[in-house]
Amino acid sequence: MSETKGLTRQQMADRMALEFQDGWIVNLGVGIPTMCSNTDTGDRDFTYHSENGVIGYGGVASPQEEDLLLVNAGGQNVTLKPGASVVHHADSFAIIRGGHIDVTVMGAYQVSMTGDFANWKLKGQKGGGIGGAMDLAACAKRVFIILEHVTRAGGPRLVTACDLPVTARGVVKLISTNYGLFEPTGDGFLLREIAPGLTVDEIRATTGGKLTVADGLKPVQLSR
Amino acid sequence: MGQKSKQFDSFREAVADVKDGSTIGFGGFAMPGVPFNLIKALMEQGAKRLTLVGNTTGGAQQPRMPDMGMLVENGQVAKVICAFTAATRPTDVLPFTKYYESGEVDAELVPQGTLAERMRSAGAGIPAFYTPTAVGTELAEGRETRVINGREYLLEYALKLDYAFIRARKADTFGNLRFHRAQRNFCPVMATAATCTIVEVDEPILPAGAIDPDDVHTPGIFVHRLVQVPPEPEGLWPAKRQERRR
Repeated sequence: MSETKGLTRQQMADRMALEFQDGWIVNLGVGIPTMCSNTDTGDRDFTYHSENGVIGYGGVASPQEEDLLLVNAGGQNVTLKPGASVVHHADSFAIIRGGHIDVTVMGAYQVSMTGDFANWKLKGQKGGGIGGAMDLAACAKRVFIILEHVTRAGGPRLVTACDLPVTARGVVKLISTNYGLFEPTGDGFLLREIAPGLTVDEIRATTGGKLTVADGLKPVQLSR
Repeated sequence: MGQKSKQFDSFREAVADVKDGSTIGFGGFAMPGVPFNLIKALMEQGAKRLTLVGNTTGGAQQPRMPDMGMLVENGQVAKVICAFTAATRPTDVLPFTKYYESGEVDAELVPQGTLAERMRSAGAGIPAFYTPTAVGTELAEGRETRVINGREYLLEYALKLDYAFIRARKADTFGNLRFHRAQRNFCPVMATAATCTIVEVDEPILPAGAIDPDDVHTPGIFVHRLVQVPPEPEGLWPAKRQERRR
């Protein structure tokens, strides 16, 4: 089912994680964003916040470490790092709403050239799955999105305007896809780094709006 | 209030007076904090036309434990107020979806932080509040917004509960509670918003004073009924989630 061209899902996450700065409070959404912490070797100073109130969680628990009452936002049994704490839901979202999260990384169906994104409701669906996405999108200091570059039918996911119901407007700062690293520019997208095996023309043909290319375009950086 | 009277011998007795049309909050996020035993007792009790409040109607994970969706399937529910009426992954289908799509059960979809804050407000005597969450989305269409210091906010109203059903690790006879790890989630907030909070407790109920006042997560003033969860198979306990194929 996965798009095979360009980067793997783990590489898309690895590239995004390179943007995190020491000292940041990081909130990772369900799916590919969770993989941003897979390669956390512990030599960097990030604190992972989960919407259910777990602050400072570490890797997925081994069967020996497992506590069935300790889960992250994706429901995975995780471990705690030294200095971890637990708060209730209203305090967890006070942390989010109060602007104390440095970056939230989420998956999406679509991102627009003006920084809108859609990730909670499909076309023709009644209701949807919002979870904490709207709170995080409206209130985190930075919203980064990881998604496959094209739909299964080959259509663009980086679009001029979202035709799915949006989660928030004008908030997306950075996008990691299997084709490269992008920023919304208002009238299109800036290609900052390109994935191996892709050409600029190929990306232009599958991206909405005007594609600008960074001066001295480099391949996607995957490690520091 | 009589402290002894907070202890109930069975889940059946603890939920016996729940009336048709009640609004009930259910703690829990994934497995931790979900009051499996109280849900099961309410299914047997049979109250109808209920409004359920919680994170999700459930049913996407295996093994399936008692969840709000089971009350829906049992024909007891008029409406749910939650952050998910569909699963996070589009390929998963929640059992609730067909009841919602057919119009048999109504739903109000609320962002998770707004849901928590609406109950916190109810418990704190705040009738409404402004939040930036959901501004510019279809959830805000036709609703009151206000620009404060140059930013647009959406008006949200407090959400009161008739009952809160929650789960805790420890309780004393006064109803003071401690939670373990991610078991806490919505539970303390729902306790403040409810007229009657019923707690299923993992460990034997302690004498008042056995929990140090500094270590209490939810004070007993918000707690009305306590039932200790018996060992399996009589009592229901969190199970390990089965990992799914991608």
